[in-house]
Amino acid sequence: MKSFIPVFKTREPQNKSEVFIPSRRDFLKLGSLATGGFLLGVNFQCSGPKGELLTFAPNVYLSIDSDNLVTIIAHRSEMGTGIRTSLPQIVADELGADWNKVKIVQAEGDEEKYGNQNTDGSFSVRMFYEPMRKAGATAKHMLVAAAAEKWGVPASECTTENGQVIHAGSNKKIDFGDLIEKVKDAPIPAPESVTLKDPSTFTLIGKDVAIYDNKAIATGKAVFGADVDLPNMKIAVVRRSPVVGAKVISYKDEKTLAIPGVSQVVKIDGAGIPPGLDKPLEGLAVIADNTWAAIKGADALEIEWDLGPNQSYNSEIQLEEMLASTAKDGKIRRTRGNFKTALQGAAKVIERTYAAPFYAHSTIEPPAAIADYKGDGTVEIWAPTQHPQWARQAVAAALDIDYQQVKMNVTLLGGGFGRKSKPDFVVEAALLSKAAKSPVRVQWTRQCDLNHDFYHSLSAQRIKATIDKDGKISGWNHHTVFPAIGATGNADEVHPSDGELGLGCTDFPYNVPHIQIETHESKAHTRIGWLRSVSNIHHSFAINCMMDELAEARGVDPVQQALEYLGEDRNITFTEEMPGGKYENYGEPIDAFPWNTGRMKRVIERVAKEAGWGNALPEGQSLGFASQKSFLTYVACIVKVQKDTNGKISIPEVHYAVDCGVAVNTDRIRSQFEGGAQFATSLVMTSAITFENGKVKQNNFDTYQIIRMPQSPKKIHVHIVESQEKPTGVGEPPVPPYIPALCNAMYKLTGERIFKLPFGA
Amino acid sequence: METFQITVNGKKQDVTADPEMPLLWVIRDLLAMKGTKFGCGQALCGACTVLVDNEAVRSCSYPISQVGDQKITTIEGLSEDGDHPLQKAWVEHIVPQCGYCQSGQIMNAAALLISNPKPSESDLEAAMAGNLCRCGTYTRIKDAILTASQNS
Ligand code: FES
Ligand code: FES
Repeated sequence: MKSFIPVFKTREPQNKSEVFIPSRRDFLKLGSLATGGFLLGVNFQCSGPKGELLTFAPNVYLSIDSDNLVTIIAHRSEMGTGIRTSLPQIVADELGADWNKVKIVQAEGDEEKYGNQNTDGSFSVRMFYEPMRKAGATAKHMLVAAAAEKWGVPASECTTENGQVIHAGSNKKIDFGDLIEKVKDAPIPAPESVTLKDPSTFTLIGKDVAIYDNKAIATGKAVFGADVDLPNMKIAVVRRSPVVGAKVISYKDEKTLAIPGVSQVVKIDGAGIPPGLDKPLEGLAVIADNTWAAIKGADALEIEWDLGPNQSYNSEIQLEEMLASTAKDGKIRRTRGNFKTALQGAAKVIERTYAAPFYAHSTIEPPAAIADYKGDGTVEIWAPTQHPQWARQAVAAALDIDYQQVKMNVTLLGGGFGRKSKPDFVVEAALLSKAAKSPVRVQWTRQCDLNHDFYHSLSAQRIKATIDKDGKISGWNHHTVFPAIGATGNADEVHPSDGELGLGCTDFPYNVPHIQIETHESKAHTRIGWLRSVSNIHHSFAINCMMDELAEARGVDPVQQALEYLGEDRNITFTEEMPGGKYENYGEPIDAFPWNTGRMKRVIERVAKEAGWGNALPEGQSLGFASQKSFLTYVACIVKVQKDTNGKISIPEVHYAVDCGVAVNTDRIRSQFEGGAQFATSLVMTSAITFENGKVKQNNFDTYQIIRMPQSPKKIHVHIVESQEKPTGVGEPPVPPYIPALCNAMYKLTGERIFKLPFGA
Repeated sequence: METFQITVNGKKQDVTADPEMPLLWVIRDLLAMKGTKFGCGQALCGACTVLVDNEAVRSCSYPISQVGDQKITTIEGLSEDGDHPLQKAWVEHIVPQCGYCQSGQIMNAAALLISNPKPSESDLEAAMAGNLCRCGTYTRIKDAILTASQNS
């Protein structure tokens, strides 16, 4: 059994503060996965920030049993993107496995063993495509060598297919399982000596492969966060500080404790202000034998709160203040030419403000986690977490134990969208299990979820654009202000970070001679987090709506305008125009993942062609266009809207064109775009979180609305551009361009431009 | 606390519970059947949908005391081997993303097809409007229900 694993480093997204970076260790034990099969120790290298080489040791991804069962470890969290299928699919393709005989096992949280597990930032495929290929190819190499030796033929004449090694010349075949005896103690080849498949011979990569959990979900057998049952498990429901920073002064729990089934009331100490990204809020937990008793018990608590400094917070007032601030001079974050020159020479100036609300993630599965704190100071957790290692670390800190004492089992996630990156709810479960001296499931209600999220930030923007006497766009002055994610951990962070600006703002790609991008101060009065595509949401809205308005003012077609201002095919950069700042390129070196205008133009041309852009439309229909690169994936989108004779608006059709490099699972790429369009429709039309007296006003899906089937886009066509470029993710990129494409289509239909989201609320 | 005899997926069971306890928590906590999901607790999302005498009911808002001798069907009891036409169609169209809402979607669709075996697109949309999917699988849900209605 191999137990040597070289050191590895891991990367964290650059735009998130307070993320946990695991410590490095040179050695580790293979533990439970070692039983029955053979495990592969493989050294992988992949490029990292600043172009340095990072070494990975994901040797524990694969085992093969003598009964031919191929077990592949899914080490990233499944929240609906299909990653639990797509990464194993890559391993299986290179290995030549029989996909129908592959078993997928979810890894527990252990980054020393599995490498980065932070399932976020659309980077699972981007980061693990090569390592997964090599994991499969290394196994194949060893199996082929063993079979070749057995048959006395050159290994170069053998290959693998459907779980067998095959010798083409003699038509000899042998099952993988029959080679295990021979390979299980064989030396592991150096990664350089392993050849990868020619992409033209892929059998699974680039295909529609059904998700592994397809049938389990359709039969109700799939296990999500709240579905784990432990003997003697108690259920906890928590009443949390209604205002961020509020503290419990006193409480009465007689009525609560009188409810049959309620056993205990436990106080959870909150971090105060700033609330932190990985800490629970202050609250009182009701511990009971069943969920219903816990819910009733929590309702019956009488709590006196010291509401603290955020009790007068009103989000509409803050939005007005933020909008007003954008009229002033801000902190310069990018500059090209001299915007004043553009203003002086302008034949026309268009100046607009754009506002977008706080959004909640509102995964249909509210947060829930199960903890079993054992007498010996260890704790075992089951949680729907996007970031198991961070959850381990946060639990360890809260319990004051070493994180090695925290065993983190990862269940399926009933939606994530960034909410379940934060481990606050997991920490609650651990603290409550310790207090209750029994296993505990903490169950968030929908009100808990909507009132105590880490929200997508409230935003205000102003764009001033100039058109010169030749009708060219000569100047672009973009002001953006929104409470930063960093403020959740550090109250002094009053400007958005370079990372947040690199999401659709400072990476403004168009060839405009004078550019000035500015930010303004704002404070966080709640917990700010990241939601599917993060600040691309509001930035793409403002930029693409302004581009549409500019096209109209110039009397040109918006698609042609985008192609014109992207200019000739080339790689573009931004950092040199960012005084004291840096374009973070989603944590990747810009030379490894350049911003290429040609790739963007190809998706724009493709979507225009597929959607019939420019063709005459029937009365009552219109199209809107937008394009936005995010998370290194190029996307263009055209949305069709329709008004029927009763004035009812619907979205009959959406076209997307996407270049995400090599397409791994084409069905899951399409499904991410289908879902992204639906998700973004809610952001544009129905959803908003607002605060009054420091409290969130929305408690359930009656007031925090997400679109329902009758309002939802009817047909969503996803055109995937053939590409041999490095693969990039698709979880987030569908959202940003859809938002302004829908707004631009609405303008054509109604004659009214949209400057504030959501417009349908 | 009271004892109720209820019939779930054809099996008679005794449960002792607060008469106000929603059927959802009876199913999940007392009977330990986890296929039926909690999403909102207020009949706003449909994640908890089960059949009560072949009609779709939001079990989160349906007290155990109201069940009486009506027959309850959950996702676990919809078919023996996951071969209900809707389940087959769900698999064929690869409907789920995260999957969390899908038990409720399938149960709601099952009630629809019982009362209206060949729904039009607008019947279908109206009938499914109470079931939220945050991942946005609506187009595939629709396709799967239409496939199932053709195959049954
Ligand atoms: S949980 Fe019952 S409808 Fe939402
Ligand atoms: S599949 Fe995730 S909520 Fe519907």
